[in-house]
Amino acid sequence: MLAFVLRRVMQSVVVLFVMSLIVFSMVNLVGDPVDMLVNPESLPEEIERVRRDFGLDQPVHVQYWRFLAGAMSGDLGNSFIFGRPALALMAERFPATLELATSALIISVTVGLPLGVYAGLRPDGWGARIIMGGSVLGISIPTFWLGLMMIIVFSVLLGWLPVSGRGETARFLGIESSAFTLDGLRHLILPATNLALFKIAMVIRLARAGTVEVMALDFIRFARAKGLSSRRIVLAHLMPNILIPIVTVLGIEFGTLIAFATVTESIFAWPGLGKLVIDAIVNLDRPIVVAYLLFVVALFLVLNLVVDIIYAVLDPRVRLQSDEA
Amino acid sequence: MRKSIFSPAALLTVAATSLGFLAGPGSANDLTVALAAEPTSMDPHYQNLTINNSMATQVYDALVLQDVNQNLVPGLAASWEPIDERTWEFKLRPGVTFHNGAAFTAEDVVATMQRAANVPNSPSSFATFIKGKTFDVVNDLTLRISTEKPYPFTPNDMSRISIIDSAFVDATTENFNTGAASFGTGPFTFTKWLPGDVIKLSRNDGYWGAAVDWDNVVIRPIGDGTTRAAALIAGDVDFIERVAPADLPNLEARDGLTVFKSVSNRLLYLTLHLTNDPIKPYVTDHDGNPIASPFRDIRVRKAVSLAINRQAIADRVMDGLSAPAGQFSPEGYIGYSTNLEPDAHDPDRAKELLAEAGYGDGFKLTVHGPAGRYSNDTRILEAIAQMLSRIGIDTSVETMPASVFFRRFSRGGPGDTPEFTAAMSGYANGSGEPSHPLRIFIHTKQKERGYGPGNRNGYSNPEVDKLIEGGRSSMDIAMGEMAFIQATDIAMREYALVPIHHEIATWAAREGVAYEHGALDSTFIHKIRPQE
Repeated sequence: MLAFVLRRVMQSVVVLFVMSLIVFSMVNLVGDPVDMLVNPESLPEEIERVRRDFGLDQPVHVQYWRFLAGAMSGDLGNSFIFGRPALALMAERFPATLELATSALIISVTVGLPLGVYAGLRPDGWGARIIMGGSVLGISIPTFWLGLMMIIVFSVLLGWLPVSGRGETARFLGIESSAFTLDGLRHLILPATNLALFKIAMVIRLARAGTVEVMALDFIRFARAKGLSSRRIVLAHLMPNILIPIVTVLGIEFGTLIAFATVTESIFAWPGLGKLVIDAIVNLDRPIVVAYLLFVVALFLVLNLVVDIIYAVLDPRVRLQSDEA
Repeated sequence: MRKSIFSPAALLTVAATSLGFLAGPGSANDLTVALAAEPTSMDPHYQNLTINNSMATQVYDALVLQDVNQNLVPGLAASWEPIDERTWEFKLRPGVTFHNGAAFTAEDVVATMQRAANVPNSPSSFATFIKGKTFDVVNDLTLRISTEKPYPFTPNDMSRISIIDSAFVDATTENFNTGAASFGTGPFTFTKWLPGDVIKLSRNDGYWGAAVDWDNVVIRPIGDGTTRAAALIAGDVDFIERVAPADLPNLEARDGLTVFKSVSNRLLYLTLHLTNDPIKPYVTDHDGNPIASPFRDIRVRKAVSLAINRQAIADRVMDGLSAPAGQFSPEGYIGYSTNLEPDAHDPDRAKELLAEAGYGDGFKLTVHGPAGRYSNDTRILEAIAQMLSRIGIDTSVETMPASVFFRRFSRGGPGDTPEFTAAMSGYANGSGEPSHPLRIFIHTKQKERGYGPGNRNGYSNPEVDKLIEGGRSSMDIAMGEMAFIQATDIAMREYALVPIHHEIATWAAREGVAYEHGALDSTFIHKIRPQE
């Protein structure tokens, strides 16, 4: 087990290094940040000054070498736009995104799982058809359109929830989050639901497929024959069996929620990572773009590793590669 | 150097503050504003960027202020005048205090200039406005600014620099972001900034000018236009800028909302390559062989301008949110020439001109432009391509993200020359100085002298250059302005560039909120007032 983890960590370092090389050279191919930064009314020497200060006058391989040297000591460079360390800026925005992603994950499981199991238990009923039809909609309707519709219905027409922003935050157990204030929760509902809709649909489909499959197996028939209540059959015998694939998929999906909440964050003006990155891409804030992409790669490497380990723990049939070597 | 806190001004401030408290801190008197973007810093000297500058005017003042049409009006300087060919004397406003209670004197100006020219990591510094000037303190309230050569725009340059308390000359950008150093003299005091989320300001009761009406102002950045409009309709915010054209009819029809519009100084223009060198691949004969730029001939440039139906673009592409343009400035704005009209749509005359120039059979052209940088930019370019095709110039359009466009636009060609034959871009005079567009776009490119940095098509007319340089070294401002208008007339009649339109800027507010707007499309919070 330990050998497996160590090997994976080594692999991750190599992947990160290769990614940094690719990302760094790619962002350097696009445009010239000086055009986006320096006000056109400035004197020509101002352009030269900015180029020099930001190290853009150096050849790309020198810039990359500097970046690598900094990265070794945990410094991914200063944002061109904000003049502050890229990592600090991301750390500042990360809690908002994490809170949004966590809420979306909780919503998608609490809504999606019961609906999916229900649909799987009565696959031919009207309820199941409506649920499955809804899940097709949930998967195929674009997030941004749905977000705008939610704003129009719940904020503009009904006036129940605020349109955008994060609202008041409060500190609880050392975590600053808007989930701890009423105002913050009100702000959180729409964007979290918007982000969760696609995942709800996915959980429904996974749970339904799992339920249909497992309910047809012998041990369930046996349990029925034994006269167990359907409540007990579902909770004690069905659930553990369908949960394994769902947990695996959600582990990775949590990563995509964090990394790609960009659209939802833009629509709801949520002050998270996504907004930071979109602005950085538009304005060629290269250090932020590079730092963000490396962060996403690292996030998925870690999540993959964690999922693999959990998988092995949950399902004894799975053996980690290095064991049989 | 620090002054006594018992100065009459300080006492007045205290008195005003306590009166303010007696009047009652009514929370009904708060304002929430949604802006399309947020500043990159609360340090007024960090980056010369429109949104940063308009936010800085809320907390800080400059020696000279600009009104909504960028006319110069007294700020921390009560008056200014040239005392000789190379020196301006500024009489500072007495009795002004910073938000921290320190009195404002000439020393603060000198300290400010020192800091503003040298902010570390600045992505676009204010050094441009400070370099080459010597600041001499005559007494606490008199300051002389001299330049090596006669320079009439010292007051304009001074309107760009926010004055800070000399105690913070060594403060970092971070100190300003957190509020530790952000004490200006402006109409609002800075309370808090949570990047991406909210900026909070409070009224400065001791403001030297007319105090603002709001106790507290909350500013939210909402990038998405539809969300911004929804926030206003839902009552989450009281005021928004940049109404998306698609939402405009809805907001205008709705009871309880007011929409404000004004023709802005943001110009969209076409630039056409005027020289032989080099021959570019974007203009060809009908068989696709590159040819020398037909736009060297003024008749072909004029034909392009006459082919463009500016009114149709305004009506159908811009949803009424543009005004046809024939020069850099909109009417009523600095540098506007009454001698120039936007060209009327005349495709027949355009065809004749092409034939006269020897291009009766037309040619093939690719026009380039940024996508998503200006309102409807890609659609405008597509409309123009159709219009040009109708007079025989077989035109195709290529747009790209602004970050890619501007690099290629200025130096994507061989030897770092501008790459395109015909391109569309935008311009807004940020300085309020009438020679600004002439210096940047019209004057012959002379990099070392700072002339023609935006002159990408090789336009060069010695007579125009002489007028521009003459005006820029004449301490007689009225004479200078006449020279600039003359230069504008000549350059526009020679189609040094082809103006398309000025964008119309929009704001919207709930009932009971008014906004004093002008030719600037950025938003100035202190111009938002309760309606009488």
